[in-house]
Amino acid sequence: MQNPNQIVADALGAINGCPDLQALEQVKARFLGKSGTLTELLKGLGKLEPDVRKTAGARINEAKQAVEGALKARREVLQQAELERKLVAETFDIGLPGRGLGRGGLHPVTRTLSRIEALFRSIGFAVADGPEIETDFYNFTALNIPENHPARAMHDTFYLQDGSLLRTHTSPVQVHFMQNHPPPFRIIAPGRVYRCDSDVTHTPMFHQVEGLWVDENVSFADLKGVLVDFMRCFFEVGDLAVRFRPSFFPFTEPSAEMDIGCVMCGGAGCRVCSHTGWLEVLGCGMVHPNVFQHVDIDSERYLGFAFGLGVERLAMLRYGVDDLRLFFENDLRFLAQFR
Amino acid sequence: MQFSEAWLRTFVNPRQDTEQLAHALTMAGLEVEAVTPMAPAFSGVVVGQILAVEKHPDADRLRLCRVAVGESEPLEVVCGAPNAAVGLKVPCARVGAKLPGITIEQARVRGVESFGMLCSAKELGLAEESDGLMQLPADAPVGTDIRAYLELDDRLITLKLTPNRADCLSMTGIAREVAAITGTTAYLPTPAPVMQDAFDTFPVMVEASQACPLYCGRVIKGINPNVETPLWMLSRLERSGLRSISAPVDVTNFVMLEMGQPLHAFDLAKLKGGLRVRLARTGETLNLLNGQRAELRPDMLIIADQSGPIALAGIMGGESTAVEEHCNEVFLESAFFRPEAIAGRARVLGLSTDSSHRFERGVDYAATRSALERATTLMLAICGGKPGPMSELSGGLPIRLPIRLRLERAQRMLGIDLTQGDAEAMLIRLGCQTRREGGDLLVTPPSFRFDLGIEADLVEELARLTGYDFIPAAQPLGRLALLPAVESRNDEEKLKLHFVGRDYQEVITYSFVDPAWEQALDPHSAPLALANPIASQMSAMRTSLWGGLLEVLNYNLNRQQSRVRVFELGRVYRQAQDGVKQAQMLGGLAYGDAAAEQWGRVGRPVDFFDMKSDLESLPGGPLSFAPASHPALHPGQCAQVFKAGRSIGWLGTLHPRLVQQFDLAAAPVVFELEFEPIAALDLPRHGRIARFPAVRRDLAFVVAESMRVADMLAAMWNVADPIVKDLAVFDVYQGKGLREDQKSLAFRVVMQDTERTLTDAEVEAAAAKITQAVMEKFSASLRA
Repeated sequence: MQNPNQIVADALGAINGCPDLQALEQVKARFLGKSGTLTELLKGLGKLEPDVRKTAGARINEAKQAVEGALKARREVLQQAELERKLVAETFDIGLPGRGLGRGGLHPVTRTLSRIEALFRSIGFAVADGPEIETDFYNFTALNIPENHPARAMHDTFYLQDGSLLRTHTSPVQVHFMQNHPPPFRIIAPGRVYRCDSDVTHTPMFHQVEGLWVDENVSFADLKGVLVDFMRCFFEVGDLAVRFRPSFFPFTEPSAEMDIGCVMCGGAGCRVCSHTGWLEVLGCGMVHPNVFQHVDIDSERYLGFAFGLGVERLAMLRYGVDDLRLFFENDLRFLAQFR
Repeated sequence: MQFSEAWLRTFVNPRQDTEQLAHALTMAGLEVEAVTPMAPAFSGVVVGQILAVEKHPDADRLRLCRVAVGESEPLEVVCGAPNAAVGLKVPCARVGAKLPGITIEQARVRGVESFGMLCSAKELGLAEESDGLMQLPADAPVGTDIRAYLELDDRLITLKLTPNRADCLSMTGIAREVAAITGTTAYLPTPAPVMQDAFDTFPVMVEASQACPLYCGRVIKGINPNVETPLWMLSRLERSGLRSISAPVDVTNFVMLEMGQPLHAFDLAKLKGGLRVRLARTGETLNLLNGQRAELRPDMLIIADQSGPIALAGIMGGESTAVEEHCNEVFLESAFFRPEAIAGRARVLGLSTDSSHRFERGVDYAATRSALERATTLMLAICGGKPGPMSELSGGLPIRLPIRLRLERAQRMLGIDLTQGDAEAMLIRLGCQTRREGGDLLVTPPSFRFDLGIEADLVEELARLTGYDFIPAAQPLGRLALLPAVESRNDEEKLKLHFVGRDYQEVITYSFVDPAWEQALDPHSAPLALANPIASQMSAMRTSLWGGLLEVLNYNLNRQQSRVRVFELGRVYRQAQDGVKQAQMLGGLAYGDAAAEQWGRVGRPVDFFDMKSDLESLPGGPLSFAPASHPALHPGQCAQVFKAGRSIGWLGTLHPRLVQQFDLAAAPVVFELEFEPIAALDLPRHGRIARFPAVRRDLAFVVAESMRVADMLAAMWNVADPIVKDLAVFDVYQGKGLREDQKSLAFRVVMQDTERTLTDAEVEAAAAKITQAVMEKFSASLRA
């Protein structure tokens, strides 16, 4: 009988010399296959004397286990090496850009509007809508701007041939809404408005957001609170300076203009704020009793406040846009900055 | 409204400095737009008088001036100005004077010592340009500091007045307001009646007494219209932005600035017969002072004499009766025209005058007479003359009724505490009369406050005098109610983000477009036209979003962008039978490569089917597409889009005619859908998920090229057994192996049952039915 130890030594030499899995399988067949050296040894056991057979059997089994163990270990090594080769071969330049369609973007005005809407929705303002081609009644009369009122001259209205007009502000939505909804309510109305004016700081179309809160006890102090909160949240400046100045709008009384500390220079004075440190950002006030009267709301029982803000103005301040006209030129390079 | 701070301080002189005063005005609602110093900083300049002028020995263009400056010895000054002349009074900068940019030193000028400099207005920073030395009036006191003499330590304050504060369109009014907001006393002019010196009067009849409740006038004879307006008046006019015209006209303008009452002077000699204050008649015309010929309307108030209209009341005088250099007798008018009678009329004629601006906002009818007295006094002092008695026609002046102010209401409205005493004190400061009645105040506003008519107006005054900044900012208490959240509707943003996610950029274009585009895109669109467009290419209200999107394409192609994918959500405007329709539309345009240029993909231009997929993938239920024709789209590449059986828009390739017209290298693909129907969304509804395997059969047919897939699919569904769950085309082939007028279409048929595994027989039977139907209806053959 061949010495099992010798066989193991031969096998280990052969196994460890295998360059790949295929060679390893051949080595396995040579030693453990049907007519492998160790298999032959096992077959020869039956011819031995019973007392010798037992020890010989044990030795052969040990040898077999040693070979199998070596095979398994070598297989793992070779498999690992093969995997590594494969991984190296399959490695690509992950610095190449991804494929497929890119992503477009929302217009900065939309982005700003979404932000405004989200803030007001968070305290329960619903969003209302109204037509852009309006009648004189909704745009002016119902808002306490009678014919020939000097405030009309300030509106630079576009008219259509039939005497209807392009709304000059989003305030008519107030009227439509109040005609159809009993108080209490709070709404905002975003949308396009039009003024017959075009120069460096005016475009004939722009966007406003109108706000209206009507309830039994809504005060000027509440108006201030909501708008101060809004501006501070919008600009994410918790201590943003604000001030309210008396002003005049025919549809509110008292009326106010709201200024915020210049967000460009922090109030030190710059070109954007004309070196005043202040930026005029919106007009507001308590709803004028005549407006309530036009929509049959009892102005003794109900009070309300209203405000109107310019969306492009806020967008310019928020994103540092220095030319209003950029919003409507739709240069893709400009728009892509707001993705 | 622009005025001189120094002039204001002659009426009311609060302790606040300029900056504090400006702030106080702004915070009281009289927004200060600008504060401009009258002159830049300079010093050491006095009134000098040129005593002698000699030629400079060594320079042709220089002269030696001997200049009196109020000291014992005159100064020798070398001067290059051509207008230096003996006797002239000019600003003289003495040695040591600091002018804007330079310091004056004793200097040798071409060998001659010069002890100062004679100045032009430009050199003092008083003018942008000047021509020679600045000439001072003959009575200027020699030696006086020029800053004091010309009141140059003054500032011009510009107010941006809101239309309700007509009372602040005069120095008197601003002084009253400053007094009220600073708690200072104002000293306002109280003109004494002029002693009548003649008996001349001129007949006046007020026919339109409703529009003109008070008309005062006076004849002044023997004036000299050619005297110079005194410097003090000139400078106040100039600092208020008015230029000098002639002494009599300057007087009327001055009184308007001082007291707020616009006045008019007629040349008495040119008046024919008596005056009538009446409404114009249709067809009447009037040549105005500015040379314009006004076509009068019957709602315009005029002053007429026998010859017809001679002035537009409260707006502008007429040419025929203007006070000019030969005029030596005037009829001076001071009247109250109601705002409603004047408002808007000037605008109709394209005019805006200082007078109309005031009358349409409200002029104090309690000052009509005193303004005339003031003007007469000034006229006599400056132009001389003999005044006749004041004539006066009045009736129906506004009556101020007391307004009830409920303290509780004011507090509720403002959200502050306020005592009756505080409220009363504030209103009295504003010139109101008050009477207590229980907790209420009965408040009679002064005649000059046209804006105080109801309780809310008084509440605003209380807020204003309290200071808006002193009203707390409160976080309001509101009813908490959830806002409705409609799930069966896509909101705007969700639909926008769908296109953003498919590589489209949102744009916002103008709602008014070039009518030529409208015409080109759809000859039958008949867009609404603006009556007063800003430009002709922005004069039609769009009936489609495509015009604007094509402009965006063009704009960006001109800026080296080769791939443009844009969409817009906005209204289009169409005249319908029941009025104007203003539907929200969602439109898009794609041009250039289907995907941005990249590695590993062969580039190809975007096409109809790329965009079709963008629409098919919209959330909210299936769209269907039917061949149709649209004037803007390629007739063979155009689909009408349907949802739930209703036509909701279009998809297609731009018509080659338009591609050429817009000068494009390739045809963009465009779509436009109505927003409302695509926003509609069905709530998801769970159906059972099949546990049994699906079976797929592929069927390939050869058909004539003209056969349409949609028709074939419809026919297949028509005969499909209930086990057929999906039918779709997955390959279209034309070319080798087929005739030129043929195509091969491969369909996938997926069959499944939720309850059991299908048998081969069922599957084959279902496939056979479909096959047979297609072969019969479309003359198809099965492809090998």
